[in-house]
Amino acid sequence: MVAQLTKNERQIALIILLAMSVCGLAMGVVGHGDPLGIHGAIVLLAGIAGMFGVISGYYAPEPGEDRLDRYFDDPSRMGIILAMAWVVAGLFVGDWIAWQLVNPNLTFDAAWSSFGRLRPVHTSGVIFGFGGNALIATSLYVVQRTSRARLPDQLTPWFVLLGYNLFCVIAATGYLMGVTQSKEYAEPEWYADIWLDIVWVTYLILYLRTLARRKEPHIYVSNWYYLAFIVVVAILHIVNSLAIPVSIGHAKSYSAFSGVQDAMTQWWYGHNAVAFFLTAGFLGMMYYYLPVRAGRPIFSYRLSIISFWGITFMYMWAGSHHLHYTALPHWVQTLGMTFSVMLLVPSWASAGNALLTLNGAWHKVRDDATLRFMMVAAVFYGIVTFEGSFMAIRSVNSLSHYTDWTVGHVHVGALGWVAMITFGAIYASVPWLWKRERMYSGRLVEVHFWLALAGTVIYVFAMWNSGIIQGLMWRTFNESGTLAYSFVDTLVAMHPYYIARAIGGLLFLLGALVACYNIWMTIRTADQPADERVADRPVVPALTGVSAPQPAE
Amino acid sequence: MDHDFTVWFSKSFGLFYLIALSVIIVAYAFWPSNKKRFDEAAQSILGDEDKPHRDQPDRDQPSRDKSWR
Repeated sequence: MVAQLTKNERQIALIILLAMSVCGLAMGVVGHGDPLGIHGAIVLLAGIAGMFGVISGYYAPEPGEDRLDRYFDDPSRMGIILAMAWVVAGLFVGDWIAWQLVNPNLTFDAAWSSFGRLRPVHTSGVIFGFGGNALIATSLYVVQRTSRARLPDQLTPWFVLLGYNLFCVIAATGYLMGVTQSKEYAEPEWYADIWLDIVWVTYLILYLRTLARRKEPHIYVSNWYYLAFIVVVAILHIVNSLAIPVSIGHAKSYSAFSGVQDAMTQWWYGHNAVAFFLTAGFLGMMYYYLPVRAGRPIFSYRLSIISFWGITFMYMWAGSHHLHYTALPHWVQTLGMTFSVMLLVPSWASAGNALLTLNGAWHKVRDDATLRFMMVAAVFYGIVTFEGSFMAIRSVNSLSHYTDWTVGHVHVGALGWVAMITFGAIYASVPWLWKRERMYSGRLVEVHFWLALAGTVIYVFAMWNSGIIQGLMWRTFNESGTLAYSFVDTLVAMHPYYIARAIGGLLFLLGALVACYNIWMTIRTADQPADERVADRPVVPALTGVSAPQPAE
Repeated sequence: MDHDFTVWFSKSFGLFYLIALSVIIVAYAFWPSNKKRFDEAAQSILGDEDKPHRDQPDRDQPSRDKSWR
């Protein structure tokens, strides 16, 4: 890792890590006796560990000029490994809390293991830990290939990746201690938000610098999606996280917004996090990995541009559908509903574009589980966007809102679309990144595919049933005009579906564990024949001043 | 700037600028001279070549129309 940095970059890395350690120390001192102090200790330890790492490799020989003949893939490799670590942790916690809903004793009477604290660990773990790392890893891979330009330097991508993971660790450990802003998908407190803003703006600058160095006249459409993901997430996060801390020594802060403005800002953020984190970024992934894996260009490049701008313009307005029947002005609710319904057009354009790309390559989909992951992801993307548009309609929302139907809908997207396209992209890129001909075991990819699909289908059908039963029971009146069912009656009715949901989640977790084993064995198996993509090694090494390609390259 | 003004503004300006942007995007996507560029972009990711173009000024194809640059 350090050997890839130039001398100058090693020095800057040390300065950054020293500054980080000082910040950690300061947080520990002013936040003594507060969760902020514990986070200060984590930051301090991370900074010191980083300094030891850099110093231990400080006198390693500098990378030669020949590095510029290759893409810089080390951060992508690390990002994929981190994504797999986060997905196992995130899915494990998710399944744990699913079993807690079946049997509440599974909290084991501890505060940190209560549902309210573990749930954000699950959501942040899978969305930001897994999804975010996968997006950073693949975006850096894709932007280099589609621009035919190496990343501008070696330090910035490491700063972005490791800094982002520090944010994820601060977030997850904070939830366990009860630190939360109580904003869904934006739970981390003010100091974590400031750190994420620094990391994220650096990510944006890194991406733009790479694009500026491109040797392709046209910016390939994947980069537009990745860039929308980076830019919009920065805007959303900065605005929604505007808050005043109680004091500089406390983790607690209060939002700059109040009342219905706070709710609207939160759901403008929340729905656009779905749009630009969980959709735009992964569409960028799809528009690169699916055509490459299928060996066919995207069905319609024009359609991909139109759907890109459609998604970008329309999603911004959809957030208010989370606030039907609230104090939000009626016309704003209607606005969100209308845009949500219109969103079906660009969404289905993307899903259709992906599936039509496979026309003529269906035999590959049959034989290749990696491509099948991507195909199924596109199908689930079509399903979830249809369902989402439908659920945003006010009268449908009156049945679905606050029920498990919403949970089911989210998981059609998260398991069926986001995780499937990511696993497809990871299975495609692991052999490319580690210079292997193929994954260690194609059969295990197949096993993972069926575990993931079965888990998703069981999960989603359980939650659809549970949610619709719950919603109908809530609104059933008896002859005297009072509610027919008590709250406990609904819980009894939902119990079997909760068991089914937890089993579905368990299957999905098992699939992820199979993937980890397969990826690990692919990395360890060094004697596989290499594929053509090894072409990124210089074919004819120059005669002087060039060291042999290092294994880590 | 009161509530009524904001409502009026978002209902009128919002409508027209979104329609204008849609027209611009569709025109850009379907402009005949852009077709070649888009087709080449769609193909550009499929090759086996996997290393950066260091010194070449740009990916060079004789067929490319460079007039737009």
